[in-house]
Amino acid sequence: MSTLVRTEEETMLADMARGFLDASAPVGAFRKMRDAGQTHDAKLWKEMAEMGWAGVLVPEDAGGSDMGFAAANVIAQEMGKTLAVSPFLSTAVMAATALRQVSDARAMDALARIASGDVTYALAVDEGIKHDPDATAMEARSDGNGFRLTGKKTFVVDGAMADRLLVLARTAEGLTLFDIPANRAGITRHRSNMIDARDAAKIDFADVEATGEDVLGQVDSAMSVLRPALQAGQAALAAEMAGLAAGAFGMTVGYLKERKQFGTEIGRFQALQHRAAHLWCETELTASAILNAGRMLDSDPENAALAVSLAKARATSTATLAVQEGVQMHGGIGMTDAYDMGFYMKRARVGAEWLGDYSYHAERVAALRGF
Amino acid sequence: MSETQSADGFRAELRGWLEAHCPAEMRGGGVNEGGVCWGGRNWVFTSDAQKLWLERCVAKGYTVPTWPVAYGGAGMTRDQEKIFTEEMARIDARVPLQSFGIWMLGPALLHFGSHDQKLEYLPPIARGEVRWCQGYSEPGAGSDLANVQTHGADQGDHWLVNGQKIWTSYADQADQIFALVRTDRDAPKHLGISFLLIDMEDPGVETRPIKMISGISPFCETFFTDVKVPKDRIVGTENRGWDVAKYLLTHEREMISGSGALESGGRPLGAVLRDTLDQLDATLRADAMRCEIDALAMGLTLERYKDQAEAGQGAGDASAMLKYMGTELNKQRHELMMRAGGSAALEWDGDLGNRAGDWLRTKANSIEGGTSEVMLSIVSRRVLGLPA
Repeated sequence: MSTLVRTEEETMLADMARGFLDASAPVGAFRKMRDAGQTHDAKLWKEMAEMGWAGVLVPEDAGGSDMGFAAANVIAQEMGKTLAVSPFLSTAVMAATALRQVSDARAMDALARIASGDVTYALAVDEGIKHDPDATAMEARSDGNGFRLTGKKTFVVDGAMADRLLVLARTAEGLTLFDIPANRAGITRHRSNMIDARDAAKIDFADVEATGEDVLGQVDSAMSVLRPALQAGQAALAAEMAGLAAGAFGMTVGYLKERKQFGTEIGRFQALQHRAAHLWCETELTASAILNAGRMLDSDPENAALAVSLAKARATSTATLAVQEGVQMHGGIGMTDAYDMGFYMKRARVGAEWLGDYSYHAERVAALRGF
Repeated sequence: MSETQSADGFRAELRGWLEAHCPAEMRGGGVNEGGVCWGGRNWVFTSDAQKLWLERCVAKGYTVPTWPVAYGGAGMTRDQEKIFTEEMARIDARVPLQSFGIWMLGPALLHFGSHDQKLEYLPPIARGEVRWCQGYSEPGAGSDLANVQTHGADQGDHWLVNGQKIWTSYADQADQIFALVRTDRDAPKHLGISFLLIDMEDPGVETRPIKMISGISPFCETFFTDVKVPKDRIVGTENRGWDVAKYLLTHEREMISGSGALESGGRPLGAVLRDTLDQLDATLRADAMRCEIDALAMGLTLERYKDQAEAGQGAGDASAMLKYMGTELNKQRHELMMRAGGSAALEWDGDLGNRAGDWLRTKANSIEGGTSEVMLSIVSRRVLGLPA
C-alpha cells in the first residue's frame, strides 16, 4: 500500500536535486539572468537533461529515466525553492505526458528528443485572461486532408523560445490538439514582458497549415491526450509553488531570527511568531496534498482529478500567503528589488494563474465533491 | 489476524464479518449523545443492538484494533487498521466503543506502563468495563498546565491527595480518573508532578457537572479531600508524570484534530449543507468550497502523519499543528452549517436536531487540550526554533 511518506528513492532524488540546484541554479543565477534580459538558460536545461530530468516521464526505451509523476513533483518542488528557470513543466512534464498518451513511432521519437534535451515544447491553450480549455475558440478549419489554424493564443508559457507547440483548436466535432514546429509559416510569436521575468508569449496563427500527421491523438478528441498532460502539469506546478512557499518561508523565519528591533530579535514577538507558525501549518497541509497528487497520478491517473485540483488550489493559496507574509515580515527591505523576496512574490502570482487559478480548481473540487 | 495475510484477503474476511455481525441499527447516525457506547459501570445501553455490537467487537478485539491481542486488541498493523476503518465506513458502522481509556490512558500505558499494569488496566478498557476520565486542568492551571497545585503528600505506602481539577470530561459518569498531581513542591514545576490513577468511588472524591454554553454538561469539576492513593497506582516514575502528560497531550491533540475530518462519516460539506439548503448562495458556497478544500488537505495530513508514525517518525511537536488546524477547521465547518441552517438552526432541538448545540460545542475544540494560541507558540518555538 503506497503511503504519503516519501520513499527512500524520492528522498535521495530531492537531496540530489537540491545539491545540483544550489550549485547551478541558486536565486542569484536567476537574478543574473533577469538582469541580462534573458528568459531562459539553455545550458542549464542541457545539464538537467543529462541528469535525466528532461526524461523524467519518458519511457526508458526512448532514452528516458521514467521516474513517474511523484518524482517529477519532487524535482519541481526543489526547483521552486530557488526559483530555478527551465522548460521542465512545459516540456518534460506536460508535452511528455501528452506524447505518452499516443505512443506511436512518431511520438516515441519526439519523447526521445525531449529526454535528450534536444527539443522543447510549449502548450498553446489559453486564449482569454483565465485558463479555460473548454472555451477554446481558435479554429482549425478542414482543408483537403489537413487543417488551417487561425486565431490567437495568450500566456503560452515558454512559448517564445520553444521549438514546438502543442496547439489546442476547435475542429468540426470538438477540440483537436496539434503538435507543430513553432516556426511554421503563419505563426507570429510576441514575447510577453512578464513580472516573473520568464518566457511567455502571445502567439498569432494566420492560416497555419497542419496535416493529419500533426494531430496528436484523435481529431475532435484532444482532451484524452491533453487532460492527462494538464493534470500532470498542474500537479508539478503545485509542487513548484509548494517549493516556492518553502523557500520564501525559510527566508522569512531566518530573518525573524536575526533582525533586531526594540533591542531584540523580532522573532521574539508573539504577533510575528503566531503568524509564522500559522504559515508553517498551512505549508504542512499543502505538502500532504502534493504528495497525494503524485501518488494518485502514478497509481490511478484516471481518478486523479480531485487530488490534482486539491493540490493546485492549496499550493496557490499557501504560496500566496507565504510571499505576502514574506514581504510584510521583512518590512521595507522586502520591497526592494535588490532583495530576493520580490522574485518569490512575482513567481507566485504567475504560478497562481497558470493552468487554472484557485477558483478554477476550487470549482473542480466542488464538482467532484457534490456541490 | 496474521500479518502475512494479503490485504485483499484481510479485507474480504473483514467485510464478510462486518456484514454478518454489525446490527442494522448500528449503521448510520450515532453522532448524538448516547449513540456510541462509552462503557463503564454507569453506562446504560441505548438499545440491545448497541450492547450486542459491543460484545461482538470485544470478542474480536475490534474496540481497540491496533492493541496487542494480549491486552484485548486485534493486533492489527497500520495497513490493516486502514482497511478496518475503510470497511467500517463502507457500511457506515458506528464505532462499538469510545472512551478516554482507548484514546489516552491506553496509549500512555502501552508506552509507559509495566507489563502487570497493562494486563490489569488495558483489557477492562478494551471490553468497555471501566470508563476513565482525565484530571489535568485546574482553576490556576489552564494553558499553563504544568502549574498544577493538586497535592499528593507522601505517606509511605500511599499519597494523600488534596486539590481540585476542572474540565474533567464526563467525570460524573467515570469509574476512574488519571490525574496530574504535584508530589514534589520544591522541584521545578515540570519535575514535581506524578501521573496517578484514582478510583472515583474512593472516599474524598467529589464531582460536579458544569453547565456549558451548549446547554449540556460534558465537563465537571472534581474535588479531592484527603484521598488515599496507593503507591502502585502511578504510571511512569514518581515526579516524572509530565513526560506521560506530554506524551498523552500529543495523542489528545491528534485525536481532537481528527474529529472534524471524521465527522458525518467524512461526507462532503456540500452534501451536508444541501440537506438544509437546496441552493447555496454564492458567498456561502464559496466559503464552503474553501473549507472543503482545507478539510480534504487536513484529512490527508492526518493520514500522512499516521504513515510517518508507522515508519517510526512520530509527529512530536508537529501534533500541535494537527490540533490547531483540525479544530479551527471544525469550527469553520459548524459556522457554515449554522449559516446554511438559517433561522431553523436557531432553535434548541428544532427541525435540525441539535445543530446549535453542536456548533456551540465546537467552540471548545480550540481551547481544550491546549488552546490554538498555545499550539502556535509550540510550533513557533519547537518546530521553527524562534526565540522564546
